[in-house]
Parts: sequence; structure tokens; C-alpha cells
Amino acid sequence: MAPKLQLAIYWAAACGGCDVAILDTDEKILDIAEAADIVLWPIAMDFKYEDIYKMEPGSIDVCLFNGAIRTSEQEEIAKALRARSKFMIAFGACAAWGGIPGLANLTNREEIFNTVYQETATTINEEDIRPDTNYPGPEGELHLPRIYDRVWSLDQVVNVDYYVPGCPPTPETIWTAILAIVTGNLPPKGTTIAGIKSLCDTCEREKTEKKITQFKRPFEIIADPKKCLLEQGLICCGPVTRDGCGHRCTNNNMPCRGCYGPSEKVSDQGAKLLNAIASIMDVKDEKSAQELAATWEDPAGTVYRFSLAKSLIYDYKKGGE
Amino acid sequence: MSDHKIGVYVCHCGSNINGVVNCAKVTEEIGKLGEVVVAKDYKYMCSDPGQEMIKNDIREKGLDRVVVAACSPRMHEPTFRRALEGAGLNGYLLEMANIREHVSWVTKDKEEATKKALSLVKGAVKRVKLHEPIEEREVPVTNTTLVLGGGISGIQAALQVAEAGHKVYLIEQKQYIGGNMAKFDKTFPTLDCAACILTPKMVDVGQSPNIELYTSSEVIKVDGYVGNFTVTVREKPRYINHDKCTGCGDCASACIMKNRIPHEFDEGLSKRSAAYIPFPQAVPLKAVIDDENCLLLTRKKCTLACVKACGAKAINFNQHETIHEFKVGSIILATGFDLFDAKRSPQYGYGKYPNVINGLQFERMTNASGPTSGHITLADGTEPKSVAVIHCVGSRDENYNKYCSRVCCMSSVKFAHLVKDHCDAEVYEFYIDMRTFGKGYEEFYNRVQEEGVHFIRGKGAEVAQKDGRLVVKAEDTLLGQYREIPVDMVILNTALEPRVDAEKVAQTLGISRSGDGFFMESHIKLDPVTTTTDGIYLAGCCQSPKDIPDSVAQGSAAAAQSLAIIATGKVKISPISASIDSEQCAGCQICIGLCTYRAIKLNEETLRAEINEAVCKGCGTCAAGCPSGAIKVSHFNDDQLLAQIEGVLA
Repeated sequence: MAPKLQLAIYWAAACGGCDVAILDTDEKILDIAEAADIVLWPIAMDFKYEDIYKMEPGSIDVCLFNGAIRTSEQEEIAKALRARSKFMIAFGACAAWGGIPGLANLTNREEIFNTVYQETATTINEEDIRPDTNYPGPEGELHLPRIYDRVWSLDQVVNVDYYVPGCPPTPETIWTAILAIVTGNLPPKGTTIAGIKSLCDTCEREKTEKKITQFKRPFEIIADPKKCLLEQGLICCGPVTRDGCGHRCTNNNMPCRGCYGPSEKVSDQGAKLLNAIASIMDVKDEKSAQELAATWEDPAGTVYRFSLAKSLIYDYKKGGE
Repeated sequence: MSDHKIGVYVCHCGSNINGVVNCAKVTEEIGKLGEVVVAKDYKYMCSDPGQEMIKNDIREKGLDRVVVAACSPRMHEPTFRRALEGAGLNGYLLEMANIREHVSWVTKDKEEATKKALSLVKGAVKRVKLHEPIEEREVPVTNTTLVLGGGISGIQAALQVAEAGHKVYLIEQKQYIGGNMAKFDKTFPTLDCAACILTPKMVDVGQSPNIELYTSSEVIKVDGYVGNFTVTVREKPRYINHDKCTGCGDCASACIMKNRIPHEFDEGLSKRSAAYIPFPQAVPLKAVIDDENCLLLTRKKCTLACVKACGAKAINFNQHETIHEFKVGSIILATGFDLFDAKRSPQYGYGKYPNVINGLQFERMTNASGPTSGHITLADGTEPKSVAVIHCVGSRDENYNKYCSRVCCMSSVKFAHLVKDHCDAEVYEFYIDMRTFGKGYEEFYNRVQEEGVHFIRGKGAEVAQKDGRLVVKAEDTLLGQYREIPVDMVILNTALEPRVDAEKVAQTLGISRSGDGFFMESHIKLDPVTTTTDGIYLAGCCQSPKDIPDSVAQGSAAAAQSLAIIATGKVKISPISASIDSEQCAGCQICIGLCTYRAIKLNEETLRAEINEAVCKGCGTCAAGCPSGAIKVSHFNDDQLLAQIEGVLA
């Protein structure tokens, strides 16, 4: 019998949904356990930093890394795991493109701290205490990780071999990825393990020439289950988003949120979607365009819901740690 | 990837560029970049020695990419492409950096200009590495022309193409050709009778074996591309059998609606029947039945007096609209203008005071075959003793049209002369400033001044009624005085505006309009006849207001453009076009509505979008809108553009 796969699962700036998704593979988790020794999985078992540092370079076959990078600790562990892993896999939308935490890049650390530690209605912080990296405690000086000014995707910090998209990845996607690794049937480095085309390609809703006359939010209408959601005024990210999720949202009459990231030929998911939507707004001049655009709640958060950290514009606009 | 051999040439453009940009420094810095094997600056790159320099370097140094930093590519990209091709290199392996219009002409700061020029050239160098050779395409041409609009410019264009021996389809929305000019009495500056010079041309159109005339018709659909258009035309019924009608007018005399319908050709100054001859010299000289007023057609009740009166038995109420389809190689658009509706400027009392009329109504009044048989009369039938002409109604006015309508100063002067000639009334011209450019125009103005016309410099502010007379209120800016001048008649010389259906026509033909609403030419100075769509040309007032000589000249020019295509039998099509990767296309159809040129269609079988590359202009709108990145524009693909941006920011 071939030696078992040495598997590490780690989380950084993430909600924990990716870890739960691995459990969501149901009975297949047993097959995973059959094929692999889990050498690191902080959410499920107790591990210390030393356990990682003690591992030899290359001793981990596959590291499933979920979550974005926004603290010095996350960056440090990402680098340590990279050095010890044969394959580093950006697992889930946050690791792949910054995910929901990446939306923090619309602002900066200072503004976020102001909101969290001062401005919210329920906060009383008369001494204006903010997180600090050093704290002189009774047992000696304590060190905390530094929060960065911006959020990074995993591949902006370390080399990434494969991407497993999703928020979280569906069990089918996870199983496809695991199977590829276990069988050694690996695609070229850098591949995103999911579909290639956009979600629209396999979407069975009826599509016609598009014109948006009014932007709608999902709670405002009951969408026609047969017609293209975009044509009904709902911002569906399907046109720019990679296929492979099994249409979980659109099958339930909800617009695609874009969690499978940009499709193969799209370099900037948000910019592409914004372009596409601007193109089909039914307006005749600048004034009517502004009026219609004003009815769209949170365009940046919608088009870049999962990929702001990787947006071209952001990278050119700002540096940051 | 193997290294390229790039040549970079920085043009001084005399002092146009070098006066602001330090060209020597840019050249020196660029020469340090990898893969740049030669970097030179020169006084005029577009000159023969400049082009020779590039050719020699291509031959001797084996350059495989060329960057020219000079003026706008709109000026000289074809020049340098030819230079590359002269030395055996594909012309699309060239990239131009515009360091004149984008740099030296927009700043005086030499240091910043040099910095920006260097950035742009760096971007060009980075981009040109990704250029690919592209071959220009040629397609065969259908040797027929469609002229849309039968006014003077359309007539001129149609006749010229026909005289050269080629088939013309002339499409006119009205029931007759001749357009606005047919309504005029005299033309400035020679006072030629408009009908005398126009009707021979109209008759020629009717008789030319090469011209097929369709009146009461409009274009409803245009498919295809330069050399190969398919135009669908809807011909409305006129309920008259053309072959039988002799144009005698008996039906008009018999019609029980006689003298009850305002006559459009007389600008509402006379009344006509529901069956009528548009005007005595109309081409075609056939009766027409107006389906909006004919009692039989509207209420299904009539004595059918016209049918009884018609000796030729030409009336046929069973006619239906006919759809025609024409294959043509080029289209000449000569749809003319609409007159500004003076009711939109209520201060002048048009529509309120019967003796306030517009210019075209005055033309009809002075026309011998017009409603008053050429007599200038007030509403009560008497002759006016004083007449005011107000210029710029709806023109040169922030509230309506900012542009100058170009013909009104001269026609106003003509009106003054005609008033003097017909009834010797006093004439007051209210003008902002006189614009009498053109051959013989200033001389005509001087002549009319000598006839004793009062020219008051000041825009007429208001027309009011006082003691039963009209009063024109204005500030005389030469006297610096407010004046109120009582007159019997006011002629409002109104603006020439884009036709009310201009947007529909633009969409049907896939062409653009400029900010003023007129159809847009490809270059305002150097290509005022071509639209941005190959094979569609403009003539006359649909492009901008112009007088008769200019309309005729543009009609001839459009005919020449059209003939140039026919003569060669082939047209070159820009090879820069979009293409769809059907593997990536998800059939979302966002692109289809975006294409101004209607080059994209959905393949009903594969449910993928398809681009007709011959129709595609390579504008890139679809590529920007395509959410899945399936559309790529050759020579402007994402990789090239991103490389250029990186180069500029580096």
C-alpha cells in the first residue's frame, strides 16, 4: 500500500465555513482519512506553533489553506506551511482572492479600528484602547500579531499551486480536488479546480438581449424561475463567475454571489462585472445613468464580494503592508 | 520567448514636440531598455528621410518591432505602417506613442512633459512586443448605391452616381422629391429662381434609367457592411396607381375635403384636399391620397367623388404597403433638416399673432406658385408697410441650439430684398452679428444695405401686440438703447435642426450623431463626408446646417466616395476586429445589444454569440462588456493593454 498522504488543513482570516465544508463531505471524510494522515488541523485537533516548526521541509504533501492573510501571524504561518508543503492549495474564496475579508480593502486599518473600537453605538471606550502588539502583563511582556493595513490573498504572500474555489467549496469540488491529489492526476500548476467557463454557460434560465431598467435586491421580488436573473434586475454574478458550484444559488432562485471567483479568461472579476452591468443599463444619457446607478445598493461590495484583494485597481491604487 | 529587436524613433515634429519634450533625453533613456536595439530621434519622422531611416534599420539591423513616438496615430499611423511594409515587416508590428497631442501640446512644463513622454514610450515598447502581424482583408463590392433623402443634396448625389453608369435607389419619405429647396422662391446671392434651377434636376431623376425612385418610403432595416449592404425599405400606399395617374388633379378638385386640410407644402398657408397633387412641379407628378384625412380611409364613409372624377381610373383604395429589399454597396444619407418650431420660443408670438411667420412660410408667400401667388400679404389680405426679420431664432441660443445655423443671415438679407422688391415696405433686421461668408454673399449684403434696409444689431427679444400692431422689442447694441419698433409683419428666421427621427435613422444605419444631434462625420475637417461606418456617407444638412452650394458640393463628394468603392470593385476592411472564443462564450447576450454596428448575432443552434468580422469595426465595446472574457479584439487585446499600462507605470 502506498504511503498515506500527509495532509495539513489550516485557517487564517476566515469564518470557519471552509473547515466545516470539509466535514460536509459526509461519509467521504472516512475515505479522506483512509487516504491521508491529517498532520495539522487546528479547528479539529490541538496543535501548537512548535508542532509546525518541528516539521521537516516537504514533510506535508498537501496543505489546504483557507482564509485570507491580514495579520503578521497568518503570514508567518502561511510561509512556514509553504516551506513544509509539496502542494500549497488556496482553499476557498478567502485564500484564493481575499474573499469577504478582502472587502476591508475598501477602507484601511485606522478606519476599521475607529469603527470597531470607538464609533459603534454599543462601544464605550473612554481611554481609546486599541489593539497593540506588545502588552506588559504580570507574567511578562505579551506579544500579539499585528493587523495589516490591507488584506492579501494567499498567493500574494506565498506561492500557490492550486486553487479550490467557493465560499465554501462544495463537497463535490472538494472531493474532485482530493481525488486529483490522491490519484496524482494533477492539472498544470496554477489551475483552479472547478469549471472553466462562466456559470451562465450551464445555467438553464432563458436568456435574451439584456436591458436593466431597475436594480432589484433579492428580497424585493420573487424572481421568475425560468428567466435570466440579471434580466429581472437582480445582480447575478454568473456572467463573470467560474462554473463548478452546481448552481446552488441560481437553482434556488437566488442570484449568483460570485464565490467561485473569476472564470478562466477574466482577470478582474469585479471590473468585468461592473463593465457588463454598466453595458446593459437601459439609459439614454449621463443623467439617467446616474439615476439608475443610484438605485444599486453597494456596487463595489456586490461585484467584488469575494475578489477585491486581487483587483487590479486596488493594487495600482494603494500599496500597504 | 525569444528576444525582440525593437527600434524606437522619437520625432521632434520641428519644435512642436522638441520645444517642450527633451527628445534626445527620451531617446537616450529608451535606448537603455532591454530588447531596444536602436533608438533615434529626428526632426521629422514622417518625412521621406525619416521613413527611410526606419526602413534601413529594419533591413540592416533586423528589427522586428517598431515604436514611433510622434503625433496622434490618427495622423501618421498609416504612413509608418507603409514604411514598415516597405521594408518587408507587417505594418501592425508598429506602435505609436502620441507625445504631441497628449504631451507637448498640452503643457509648457518641460520636465513633466519629458517624464510623461518617456512613460508613454515605455508603455509602447512593452506593448509592441506583444503585437502580432495582421493581414488586411478585402471584400467584393455590390456596384449599386442607395441614396436616402431626395432633397437637393440627395438628388445631386443620385444623379452623379447614375451619370457614372451605376444603379441608384433613391428613397424619399415624402411623396415627392425636391426637399426644402422645392419650397423656396429665390436663392441667394444671385436671386436665381429656386424652381428654375432645381426642377431640371428633379426631372432628370425621374427620367434617369439608372435611378429607381421610391417616394413615400423609408428605410426600416440595414444589414451587412461596406460593399455588401442589404437595405429593407417600406413603401407606404398612396392609393393611386402610378402607371395610370396623369397628374391632372381632377381628384383634388372633386374631393369633398377640398380646401379643408392645411397644406404642408405651403407650410400651412393654404388648404388642400385629401386627394391632391403635392405641388405643380412635383416629381413624380402623381396624385396622393392622404390616409390621415381621407374620409373613406379614416371613417369608411365617403361619396367617392375622387373615384368618379378620375378619368384614368387610377385610384385604388386596396393598396397596401410594400416591402422592398435592395442589395447595395454604399449608402448616401441625405435626410436633411427640420425647421425649429418657433412656438418653442413663445416670446415671439408665433402661432399667437397671425402676422408672425417663419422663413419657409415667407418663401411660400413670395413664390409665384405659392398660396398668395407671390404677393406678400398680411392675414387680412393687405400689404404690410413694415416688416421685421428676426435672426437666430433657436440658433446660437443656450436654451435651444448652441450652433449657428449658417444660412439664416443670408436668407434674412434675401427676405429683406424680396420685401423691398415686392411691396416696398420698411424692413428691420434684428441680428446678433452678420455672417455673410461665401462667394458673392458679402456683396449681396452690401447691395441690400443700399436698398435702405434697417439693420439693428441686437437680438429681437420679444414680439408683442400694441394698439393692434406688432411691436418688436430689442436692445440696439450699436446705439446702446432699448428700442420698440412697430411693424405689420414679423419673419422669424428659425434654426435648422436635426430631423426629429435622426436617432431612429442613426440606429437603423448604425452610425453616430455628434453633440448637436446631426449625424457625425468621421473627421470634421479631413473627412466630413464619411461616417464612422464604412460605406455610409453623408450629404447636406443631415450632417450640419449648410446652404445650397455646400449641400450640392457634399452631394457630389458623397457620390465620389461611393463611386470610388464601386470603381475598385473591392474594399479593404480594417483587420482590427473582435472575435469570440466560442469555448468561453456562455451565450449571455450582453454583447449583442452593445454593438453599434450590429455585427454580433446569436447563433440559434449553438446559443453562442457570433461576430461578423466584416461588419465589426474593432471598437472594443463588446470586449469590454463581455463578462466572461470570451471576446478579444485583435491589436487591442487585454494582454497588450495591460502590458502597455505596466510599461507606462513602470
